[in-house]
Amino acid sequence: MSNSRPRGRPLLRTSYAEDLALLDTPAKRWWTAALLVLALSLPFLLTDDLLQLLAVCCVAAIGAIGLGLVTGYAGQVSLGHAFFLGIGAYTAAGLSGDPDGRVIGLGVTDIALWLPAAGLVAALAGVLVAPLATRLRGLYLAIVTLGLVFIGQHVFNEWSALTGGAGVGRPAATLEFLGRPLAVTDAVATRDQKLYWLMLVLLLVFAVAARNLARSRIGRAFTAIRDRDIAAGVIGVNLPRYKTVAFAVSSFYAGCAGALLYTVTGFFDPGSFSLLLSVQYIAMVLIGGAGTISGAIAGAFFITLLPRLTRELQAWVPFVSTQPNEVPNVFQVETILYGVLIIVFLIFEPRGLFGLWIRARNYWKAWPFSY
Amino acid sequence: MTDQEILRFSNVRLSFAGVRAVDGVSFTVGRQELFAIIGPNGAGKTSIFNVLSGVYRPQSGRVVFDGVDLVGRRPHEIAALGLARTFQNVELFANLTVLENLLLGRHHHIRYGPLAAVLWRGRARREELAARAAVEEIVEFLELEQWRRMPVGLLPYGVQKRVELGRALAMEPKLLLLDEPVGGMNLEETEDMARYILDVREELGVPMVLVEHDMGLVMDLADRVLVVDFGQPVATGTPAEVQTHPDVVRAYLGEVTAA
Repeated sequence: MSNSRPRGRPLLRTSYAEDLALLDTPAKRWWTAALLVLALSLPFLLTDDLLQLLAVCCVAAIGAIGLGLVTGYAGQVSLGHAFFLGIGAYTAAGLSGDPDGRVIGLGVTDIALWLPAAGLVAALAGVLVAPLATRLRGLYLAIVTLGLVFIGQHVFNEWSALTGGAGVGRPAATLEFLGRPLAVTDAVATRDQKLYWLMLVLLLVFAVAARNLARSRIGRAFTAIRDRDIAAGVIGVNLPRYKTVAFAVSSFYAGCAGALLYTVTGFFDPGSFSLLLSVQYIAMVLIGGAGTISGAIAGAFFITLLPRLTRELQAWVPFVSTQPNEVPNVFQVETILYGVLIIVFLIFEPRGLFGLWIRARNYWKAWPFSY
Repeated sequence: MTDQEILRFSNVRLSFAGVRAVDGVSFTVGRQELFAIIGPNGAGKTSIFNVLSGVYRPQSGRVVFDGVDLVGRRPHEIAALGLARTFQNVELFANLTVLENLLLGRHHHIRYGPLAAVLWRGRARREELAARAAVEEIVEFLELEQWRRMPVGLLPYGVQKRVELGRALAMEPKLLLLDEPVGGMNLEETEDMARYILDVREELGVPMVLVEHDMGLVMDLADRVLVVDFGQPVATGTPAEVQTHPDVVRAYLGEVTAA
């Protein structure tokens, strides 16, 4: 490909294929490669508890990408993400659980089966919810999807044969591939190292797929619906169909993320899928940068690492206690920080972390000039 | 409907509560024609366009486009039949680049589904490359080269109007509706746009319906003109006929009271 390019003209494009490439400049290709090498080698650099946290970050990023597609790209504000995460988690756990156990389990332990199944069941739920989006918009849609969370919580609490019941919970899906357990410590690597690699690879697959979708005919239709829905219809975008596709894809991502999320800690209960979870995902998308895939990933890492960061922060601010019964304590700081961050980002950098990155990039591009 | 007509708009009535926005308007547009609709503010010109593109549904009347009745069809179905339009107030997707806006115009010429899109292989890649090449022809036609990768929200108003024309052309329409293509433009921009409209007609052979307040432009470009006032048709004819029609003069300048 680069053979035909004249020397010293790295940005010259000689075909539409080069023009449409995902990594269209040499700088992007090099930096992506470097980031990938760093991410893959982290297990040799970090301790196991941090790796476990990063594995959760990767899974959260898959869920955030899903919400980013429906809310960031297609502009359909959904507060129901926790509901779809829950459906995915219980589908996967129910499929792969122990048939003789306390809760429903079918013994299908292979991740190649339960992961797509969890995604598809959640996607189906998304398709069923989508007609709401074709009739309501903006705040009204947000309120209705909020209702999903409450319905979900009620069902998850009451259906204790599947979920184990409120406050009790059940084991998460079993991580096995072709009969071999994926996450056990052996001579080669620890459980957490393997978990991290697995989740990282899955995140890469889901992220590239989402990026491809976003730059396709479908992604363009999503953006058109978000920016001007009447004009989108007039130029030929079938609004109900694309809103349905947006909810289906988003819920598929949520279902897969939900299925994977609790395999790291191993146990979960119906209380997990509350409004707070939905709000956390909204925060990931908003703080990361709505309408970008990399923003959703950055936001997911940021929000997931935030509790850990505030704990670390405690060493520098001695008057903040680590005891929950003392005031002020780190848990209070965490809750407040969370809200403050959303407000600060919405006011000062609505494009989120992605916007900060663009600013930094433009600064260095223009240096030493101001623009 | 004869073969010479692309559009027949017959006796359409559209009202909102008590307001009669379109009240019994009829006209036809020929396959090579540049047809203009003029009238004072609030006369119902844009409402006629909204009926045509399926945004509003008229209470009565028929709209036959290329042998198909449009009444009751949804906007995206009408777009797929080959009816494209621009808007009075630019309705571009401001966050998207010029190229992306034009590619959106080709939406229904690209047919691959979500699964192909996710993999970006085979059909999806082929169709995207073909669409990119097709869009480049429009970039060249409308001389948009220097703005290809700019978000349209950052472009000057005159260029935005041109991009919107490009988006409509990307649909490869059988009939083009232009809602005030030179509204708010200065003389130079107006002349540019007039040139593009003539180019569309000469080189692409697309018939057009033009709503415009710039009388100079209408009289120079249009083959026939329909004048509407308060939703009702006042006169139809060549620009010269319409200009001297007493009812038209009354609609624009008011009643002649004492002589």
